[in-house]
Amino acid sequence: MGNFGQLMDGFAVALTTHHVLIMIAGVLLGLVVGVLPGLGAPNGVSLLLPLTFGMDPIAAIILLTSMYWGALFGGSTTSILFNIPGEPSSVATTFDGYPMARKGEAVRALTLAFGSAGIGAMTGVIVITLLSGWVAQFALRFGAAEYFAVYFMAFASFIGMSGGSPFKTLVSMMLGFACATIGMDTISGESRLTFDWDPLIGGVSFLIAVIGLFGLGELLITMEEGVKFEGVKARLSMTEIFRTLAELPRYWATLIRSAAIGCWMGITPGGPTAASFMSYALGRRFSKRGSKFGTGEPEGVVAPETADHSAGSCALLPMLALGIPGSATAAVMMGGLMIWGLSPGPMLFTTRPDFVWGLIASMYLGNVIAVVLVLATVPLFAYVLRAPFKVVGPIIAVVCVIGAYTVANHMFDVWLALVFGVLGYAFKKLNYPLAPFVLAMVLGDKAEDAFRQALLTSDGSASIFFANGLVATMMGLGILLLLLPAISYVHRRFKPDGAREGVVSVVAAARYDGRDAPATTAGQ
Amino acid sequence: MKIQRTIALAAMLAAGAPAMAQDFKPTRPVEFIVAAGPGGGSDTFARVVQASLSKSGLLTSPIIVTNKAGGSGAETFIYAKTSPGDPYKLFFGTQDAYVLPLASKLSYSLDDLTPIAAMAFDPFLLWVNPKTSGIEDVKGFIAKAKEQPGALKVGGAKAKEADETLMTLIEQKAGVDLTYIPFKSGSEAAIQVAGGHITANVNNPSESVEQWKAGVQKPLCVFEDARLEDKTVIADGMSWNAIPTCAESGIDVKSFAQPRTVWMSAKTPPEAVAYYTELLKKAAETPDFKAYVSRGAQIPRVLTGDAFKEFIAKHKASYAEMYKTNGWLRAEN
Repeated sequence: MGNFGQLMDGFAVALTTHHVLIMIAGVLLGLVVGVLPGLGAPNGVSLLLPLTFGMDPIAAIILLTSMYWGALFGGSTTSILFNIPGEPSSVATTFDGYPMARKGEAVRALTLAFGSAGIGAMTGVIVITLLSGWVAQFALRFGAAEYFAVYFMAFASFIGMSGGSPFKTLVSMMLGFACATIGMDTISGESRLTFDWDPLIGGVSFLIAVIGLFGLGELLITMEEGVKFEGVKARLSMTEIFRTLAELPRYWATLIRSAAIGCWMGITPGGPTAASFMSYALGRRFSKRGSKFGTGEPEGVVAPETADHSAGSCALLPMLALGIPGSATAAVMMGGLMIWGLSPGPMLFTTRPDFVWGLIASMYLGNVIAVVLVLATVPLFAYVLRAPFKVVGPIIAVVCVIGAYTVANHMFDVWLALVFGVLGYAFKKLNYPLAPFVLAMVLGDKAEDAFRQALLTSDGSASIFFANGLVATMMGLGILLLLLPAISYVHRRFKPDGAREGVVSVVAAARYDGRDAPATTAGQ
Repeated sequence: MKIQRTIALAAMLAAGAPAMAQDFKPTRPVEFIVAAGPGGGSDTFARVVQASLSKSGLLTSPIIVTNKAGGSGAETFIYAKTSPGDPYKLFFGTQDAYVLPLASKLSYSLDDLTPIAAMAFDPFLLWVNPKTSGIEDVKGFIAKAKEQPGALKVGGAKAKEADETLMTLIEQKAGVDLTYIPFKSGSEAAIQVAGGHITANVNNPSESVEQWKAGVQKPLCVFEDARLEDKTVIADGMSWNAIPTCAESGIDVKSFAQPRTVWMSAKTPPEAVAYYTELLKKAAETPDFKAYVSRGAQIPRVLTGDAFKEFIAKHKASYAEMYKTNGWLRAEN
């Protein structure tokens, strides 16, 4: 257990008053940044970076990572309260978190989100501690084909989940792919779908789409239908928070499954956003209460939050060990490392063990501090819902527009967000799911690049996707996930034949329909 | 009284006008716009300049770094076009500023920019993983490439830019046939080589040095006229200086280094141009910037004013020539 000894040394580095104060400041700053949609962790870290130039590298990285944790937590807050994901990775939290808030269970939803996020992050850090030496070697085995297999699994688990009209899912996903292709193509170096129009050359930011589709779209629906928040009913006592925390162990199966998915997607190049989607989709399929997902089911909050945070923690490992950032925030931090005179890469663990293990120890402490701080803010945030909609509504609209502008300081993005808002409204009115659209936008161009790079490597032969045990296993699992709905369909269609259309088949059909039917609300 | 005042005013104007012209001093925050995403080469460059200016007190106004990486960085230069004459915006990039419009139809041209300085030159090297490829030197690389034409996969950052251009030069000069595989960044390509998924990559030193130290990558040769200067041992008992030039080992490609460039928009007042030129010259002398240059085994060569303009014209012409050979040149050029 050489790692354990080094971790203890790390704690000795991280546990100074100076560093703990920095963690608290970082988490608080992160919370603010995470709550504002569009600003997000990458922008926040990038804004803070100049402040760290005069600091020693350990204090600097502790400040930036603490801010990252704070932002991850803050991102879930607006997802649950207003259906606006503050961070891309908290989109999946809106699916059940927002319905819960509307039912008057905002405190419960927030507490569950923060509690499970804390557990997810802890799992991630423990995985990093135990496997740090091995992960770097493992990550080297990922070529373009393996990258594609990871993305393929994420897509497959999601398609398998959507039970509503397959046609509508497909339309939504294809539109997402189309949006993802806008801008410069990595493989050919040509612009696609930009129509020689300057504002489109940088592509369409995923954050803009999310702010429009979710935030503004929901606002339009609320205005039309006059949906009332039942926030007044929400209990704001601290006992409610503790009661909810005590409830967490009941979801142990979801927690373990989601943490495993999160760690896997964090170490491989999937990243937190893909992890949270995949975890939600698989939770829906394998949880006993999966049929209730989308209507305000606690497990629908626990699943994406746990995976998001375990992936977020694990994603720091490839950054340190390989110099390949697993997320946008990690990319900014990596830039920071280079400016402080450190080179991320396989040798960092040997040349600067004090830095690496100090950072890992600070991840333990930072997450504990973050959970305590965010739980303390729950009553405050829940109180916001008590304000009447005529006050909150305009504020949400303003926050969305400012958020859209802050993503890249482009006025064009604001107009784009408004367009996406109308699109989101139309999607909901026509019962098209939004989730496949978002997933395709996040992973579409990455999956496409990996697919084409793999085929270039193999001179066009698709056998590369089954060339070794690792990639073949992932592709096999992906195909299985993809076929799962078809298998269960065949199963329910042909199994009861022996019963000659008896009561059994009706009951069976009803049971399976019960599982698949509410999928129309998956796009919430 | 009145006459006195007029004289005083005239004197002030006479003395003040040239003094003012030399005395541009920023009174608002200065914005650095980077033609690359966070963590990329140009991003590190801009942030190191930011750090060296603010730490040394050369510039007391706050500096804000923003990334506009869209369209391989074209977004940055299009943005420059929309804010002509703004003395508070500096644009950071490489040769991309004048090379991008050669291949793609973009709404800006070199006329929309004022060149300020090239602050360092980043050399290119050819890397392999000796264990997975069995290649130890340039000879072995060429032999293997000739054995199976098109089977050797060479990775690099993006398509139809410096990396792919260099790969086509290798093909022409060594008389071999390679397959280019574009990745999002140079470090991604390096990891693919380290993992044995592709054979080789062309990269700046900083993007592969850590893999070299870990023994999963090895530099074969450097695309320069002369060997790199740094004699500190890096790995395998080798220094940057011990790496042969590609020309001496059989691939006759000389001096392919990419400049780290700083620009302002067109119509920037000359006093502001003069101010920032001096400022960046001083920044290049700070310990922070020097450490950055030597860490990445870059060539410490600063170009400003006419020397820089001359370099741009030459460099652009040579790229146009190479793009023409590859069939990438846009018809209008």
